[in-house]
Amino acid sequence: MQSENPTSHQGGRTLPEGEALLSVRNLKKVYHTDAGDIEAVRNLTFDLGSGELVCLVGPSGSGKTTLLKCIAGLLNSTSGEVLLDGQKVTGPPKKMAVVFQEYGRSLFPWLRVAENVELPLKNAGVPKEERKRLVAEALEAVGLDHVPRSYPWQLSGGMQQRVAIARAVAYQPEVLLMDEPFAAVDAQTRADLEDLIRSVWKKLGVTVLFVTHDIDESIYLGERVIILSSSPTIVQEDIVIDLPAERDQLETRSLPRFTELRHHVYAEIQKAKQGHRPEEAITMVAK
Amino acid sequence: MKILKSFGYLLGLPLILLTWWWLATSGAPNFFVPTPAKLVTTFIETWFGERMLTDVLPSIMRLVVGVLAAIVLGIVLGLAVGLNRTLRAVTEPVFEFFRALPPPVLVPVLMLLVGINDGMKVAVIISGCIWPVLLNTIEGVRSIDPVQNETSRSYGITGFSRIRYQILPSATPTIMAGVRQALSIGLILMVISEMFASSSGLGFTIVQFQRSFAVPEMWSGIVVLGLIGVALSFIFQWVQRRVLRWYHGLKEVENAV
Repeated sequence: MQSENPTSHQGGRTLPEGEALLSVRNLKKVYHTDAGDIEAVRNLTFDLGSGELVCLVGPSGSGKTTLLKCIAGLLNSTSGEVLLDGQKVTGPPKKMAVVFQEYGRSLFPWLRVAENVELPLKNAGVPKEERKRLVAEALEAVGLDHVPRSYPWQLSGGMQQRVAIARAVAYQPEVLLMDEPFAAVDAQTRADLEDLIRSVWKKLGVTVLFVTHDIDESIYLGERVIILSSSPTIVQEDIVIDLPAERDQLETRSLPRFTELRHHVYAEIQKAKQGHRPEEAITMVAK
Repeated sequence: MKILKSFGYLLGLPLILLTWWWLATSGAPNFFVPTPAKLVTTFIETWFGERMLTDVLPSIMRLVVGVLAAIVLGIVLGLAVGLNRTLRAVTEPVFEFFRALPPPVLVPVLMLLVGINDGMKVAVIISGCIWPVLLNTIEGVRSIDPVQNETSRSYGITGFSRIRYQILPSATPTIMAGVRQALSIGLILMVISEMFASSSGLGFTIVQFQRSFAVPEMWSGIVVLGLIGVALSFIFQWVQRRVLRWYHGLKEVENAV
């Protein structure tokens, strides 16, 4: 039982039509530069069901950020499409919120913490009373209800990223996209923030797509991990993380199953770095 | 003790300069340089009367109108140019040319085009003050952080809301630096515009005093100009402290790291 391989799919897992909340279909992104074309993403297909928490992990330079920006509608794909609720994404959709890696540059330094969280709601025309309630709830959810009047730059890095998470949560998205949000915070803060994401996800039932280069983080956080190949990017493998729903930094990370999954993902990423491509994906590209 | 010390810093040098001036003028009287006491009495006699209404206030009004118009125009145009790459490419060489023109040479031209009136003087002030505000606004808009842009876009903050909530606040530090330059240029142009074909104003009165050898009166006019400059600078600092409190705080934090 313990030595069993994880439930895996070659290529990304797809759901029957109508069941997916977010669908990525044959997504390809080529950057045209003066020095020639750079193929960042070759062919990606996968689905996210409603309420899933999925981590995308891949070697550095594997086009993770490119993929996320295409999904967020911030970049146009070269071919293929992204569907949210069956609607093609052509620009940033209202039902999506993004948490960026560079929290210090993503928060507006001229606004106080509560104002930063409130701004997207204010812009969307949410009534004042409702706004106040949403902001207070979001700040409480991330444990920052004591500093609404501070400016973001007065807070530590971890707290600033909490503000960015609160801003995303208050926006009430169906899909929460996170682009290596904890890459720039220290290890202890990082553990706290990981648990925060799990608790926010459980409490709000939001669908989360979490991009990271950290293998342990992807396994600890995710219910499912999509492993990307190195660039030009395809889905290397799509595995289910069958760890208990209640995760604990010490307990979960010392489970034998955690170690097995970690070994598996690590080996896959090593293979990816050496240029290995799963059969199915190659034939898919060839078609 | 602390208050006394800061007063010392504030008034120390002016007191030394005053004493020096008093010593230099009390021995051998010089027709062209009045004593401090003479200047004070002349100052009060000359400016606290009719001249306040006929010369000082009209000058200040023209300065305020000109500078404010230049700031508003500079920011609006700067936003338009800064946000549009094509417009920027087309206008930049032209802007460089007009900025290089010394505004005083526009006085004779504007006299012909606008006529000899308040409009001409305000136009001269605008023509000189607009450039630092305009060019700084363009620069401020252009150097906006791409992550901030993506944040705005992903939260649906676009168009006019984006200008209001993201671009203007983010460009404010650069714009304020331009406004500061515009204020000192404005004061210079206020005086110069009144020295040509004018019948009132501070510039006109000072030249008038000089030509009629009313030397202490002439000096007192210069003091008035100095005081206006100081007042403008204080108002600017007061506004800046309010508008840019976040920016100074942020810089302090960044420098401490």
